[in-house]
Amino acid sequence: MFKIDRRLIQNFDWITFATVLVLSLIGIMTIFSATRQPADAVQSPLFLKQLAWLAISILAMVVCVSFDYAWLGRIAFPLYLTGIVLLVLVLVMGKTGMGAQRWISLGPVSFQPSEFFKLIFVIMMAQYLSLTGWELDIMHLLRAFGLWVVLPFILLVKQPDLGTALVVGLIFTSMMLARGLQRKAVWLVVIVSLVSLPFVGNIVWTGMKDYQKNRIIAFIDPEADPSGIGYHINQSKVAIGSGEIVGKGYLKGTQGPFRFLPERHTDFIFAVFAEEWGFLGSTVLLFLYFLLIMRGLDTARKAKDSFGRMLALGITFMFAVYFFVNIGMTLGIMPVVGIPLPFMSYGGTALLSNFISIGVLMNVRTRRFSLFY
Amino acid sequence: MLTEKSGTEKVFVIGLLISLGFIVLLLRLWQLQILQGSELRKVSESNRLRVIGVPAPRGIIFDRNGLPLVKNISYFCASLIPEEFDNSLIPALAKMLKITEDDLSHRLATRGQSPFTPVRLKEGLDRREVSFIEARRSDFPGLMIEIEVSRQYIYGTVGAHVIGYLGKLNPAQSKDPSFRDVPSEAFIGQWGIEKIFDQTLRGTAGQRIIEVDALGREIRLLKENPPIKGQNLTLSIDIALQKEAEKAFVGKTGALVALKPDTGEVLGLVSAPSFDPNKFSQGISSDEWASLMKDKQLPMLNRAVQSQYPPGSTFKIIVAIAGLEERVINDASTVTCKGGISFGKWHFGCWRKSGHGTISLHRAIVESCDVYFYETGRKLGIDKIYDYATRFGLGKETGIRLASEKKGLIPNTDWKTRTKKTPWFLGETFVNSIGQGYVAATPLQMAVMMAALSNGGTVFSPTIIKGERPIVLRQAGVRPETLEEMKRHLAGAVNEPGGTGGAARSASITVGGKTGTAQVVSIRKDSKYLTEKHRDHAWFVAIAPAEKPEIAVSVLVEHGGHGGIAAAPIAKRAIEAYMLPAEKKKEVFGVQN
Repeated sequence: MFKIDRRLIQNFDWITFATVLVLSLIGIMTIFSATRQPADAVQSPLFLKQLAWLAISILAMVVCVSFDYAWLGRIAFPLYLTGIVLLVLVLVMGKTGMGAQRWISLGPVSFQPSEFFKLIFVIMMAQYLSLTGWELDIMHLLRAFGLWVVLPFILLVKQPDLGTALVVGLIFTSMMLARGLQRKAVWLVVIVSLVSLPFVGNIVWTGMKDYQKNRIIAFIDPEADPSGIGYHINQSKVAIGSGEIVGKGYLKGTQGPFRFLPERHTDFIFAVFAEEWGFLGSTVLLFLYFLLIMRGLDTARKAKDSFGRMLALGITFMFAVYFFVNIGMTLGIMPVVGIPLPFMSYGGTALLSNFISIGVLMNVRTRRFSLFY
Repeated sequence: MLTEKSGTEKVFVIGLLISLGFIVLLLRLWQLQILQGSELRKVSESNRLRVIGVPAPRGIIFDRNGLPLVKNISYFCASLIPEEFDNSLIPALAKMLKITEDDLSHRLATRGQSPFTPVRLKEGLDRREVSFIEARRSDFPGLMIEIEVSRQYIYGTVGAHVIGYLGKLNPAQSKDPSFRDVPSEAFIGQWGIEKIFDQTLRGTAGQRIIEVDALGREIRLLKENPPIKGQNLTLSIDIALQKEAEKAFVGKTGALVALKPDTGEVLGLVSAPSFDPNKFSQGISSDEWASLMKDKQLPMLNRAVQSQYPPGSTFKIIVAIAGLEERVINDASTVTCKGGISFGKWHFGCWRKSGHGTISLHRAIVESCDVYFYETGRKLGIDKIYDYATRFGLGKETGIRLASEKKGLIPNTDWKTRTKKTPWFLGETFVNSIGQGYVAATPLQMAVMMAALSNGGTVFSPTIIKGERPIVLRQAGVRPETLEEMKRHLAGAVNEPGGTGGAARSASITVGGKTGTAQVVSIRKDSKYLTEKHRDHAWFVAIAPAEKPEIAVSVLVEHGGHGGIAAAPIAKRAIEAYMLPAEKKKEVFGVQN
């Protein structure tokens, strides 16, 4: 199962690998710029940490390419249970940061189980959907929702990690739609969403922490309190806009390193990049993400079996959701949901989890020919 | 099972939707970076640029002999940025700074404009404390050492009413456009010379244009316009006289004014008790301010210009001049004093109950005979007395720029009918002729009068800057012979046997002067001084040298009793200090740094 075949290397998805590698290196450059200190101060070591995580992540990716992804389908359920247990553990004994409990400490390393849970969820859904061999009706939809979504969703909201909860919900919906639903079922999803929105909205609103409520208010009216709630969005727009066509130049940005921009090296890293590289640089960057997503869809199209197809689609959707929500929020056209930009934002666990996902995606592409074994 | 075809189609639709999403993002990027780009770039510039005012070093104030009265000193303070501090460290920090936890918490509770504005924890650290704190700074996030410049008043309470003090901009001043260039934390002149000449002393504040981060911390300096130091001021005040006079006033309340007769310059101006302007320099605490304001001795009151008193017998100088000018008396004319004079059912006594016998003008001034002046006053009438008193500047503001001035009171018949609705009585003329009754003057006015007497009749508005163009208020318009004669009489009152001003006699200089004892009780029942003590106010007005005066002085000691005993020695000390050679003054009164 783990033997390295010559054809495996031949079929290695160099385009995807090159894309994510370039994105990660741009990310590290931007982290350096965003966290740089005044000339005489000690420079922040964050970019070096991220570089170390990148090396680990590439190793993990290679491992994830090397085995046959069919094996993932077989361990999908135990994996899912493990994920749920970790989410419970994080609530019981997790570390608190930014008003939420997301971290588990393992000796010197702390990691966020929710980062890995997204991939686990995709694997579980891919396995589940590939086993149901007919067009899904309403009952299937409800059963799938009840079986796989409700529990993790509650656990994630409880942390609260609304970003990941949202991503899980969106991955589920898009995977169901891509898998093929009866028309009636599609309508049900639409109607139920519309009808329940005020109720769910109300429940979610009362359950939200203040900083989360503020983000929603800020999205609706960023000018309401420019130094408070709307601060993130305004500063992000100022940073991006001030880049103009060609940008201020690398290490010449001011909004990020001078801390006008909050979360400058994590959630708002795109704003730091756009300030320094302008419209031209930003367009190139967006194109790299476009390439990555299109390549993922192509992998799904070419997958040799239903599990591989759903797996590739799920992973691609996951990146697409992260990408659009993050860039949308940075550009001020979506609410501020605290989710990072894949490959670029600072964060070791996220980078590792993203590279593992890329590994699985490449695995599907590498083994696209049924005659492989 | 998905068919190959439908799968491809679905993926195609998904790809299309995602492409649409990218187009939306690109359009938004276009909008922000190209359409609104230049506007947002301006916002980003103003975000990071701060213009910080740099206060200019304040001009130094010197006395007339070039001795510095103030200096600018820098001192160290420990400050804290509350946002970066962890309140659980309060006990440890209080211990290190050697202040109480309560004090520390109290100071932290009074925050500035933002949690990033440093809060002052302890002022006036010495070098050892500074290095001690610097070494432990890393244990206390947000702790910093700041350097402040403050004003030190070298002579402390001496001359405080003239020099004044500094304070922060008050709310009204913050709105005043003339203070626009003053940094909000800066200290400006709030009293005395510091206030009147604030513009001159202040200089021009500089500017530092700096790049800051979101916390307002300086990242680098972009441009600097250095401040222009304020101009120095040389006062007409003689610190030797001022200091000696204030020493003489220790334990007393009252005032002294010394003028240079030929220019009207103020050589010394004392209001006792005084206050310490150094207490204001680093920001006075509300407790200290409250205790200054509640002090029954009213240290913040400038008695030299803001308090008026009946001039007592010193007013006889005016009555004598009026009598000589109107020729109702002359050098040879005499009056017989039998210890008093009866008028109708009233009796007006002389201070010497046994009487002075037959007495000339000279001896009447020397011995301060009241009966002589009752007679002279009766011959003149109150309106003539009023005329001559106002010719010498009494009853009107002198125009000094120090504090809001009292203008005193010189009555006449018109005034009486206008304000009291009753006619003038002759008995009132008697009373006012010896400086009691309605007559009132400030110590400053009495000094201006003495200066005019000395210089041939020019009434100056007193000035405080050395070399400032003299301001002539009016000419008294009296014959020089009259004034020369008066100087002789005044010299007699100090230097002749039996003179009331004998206590002002000096071995080194001929002092001329007139005592005064202003009754507090019995005449002015409505007087506000009544409630405190019932002793009389002591006056002494003087000139020296009597033949050709270089200094004119007035002294008032509240409730001092007899002028010859309480006030005359103070005038003598002030005059002798002023007459010391400049070298000697530097040696004795200059303060070594």
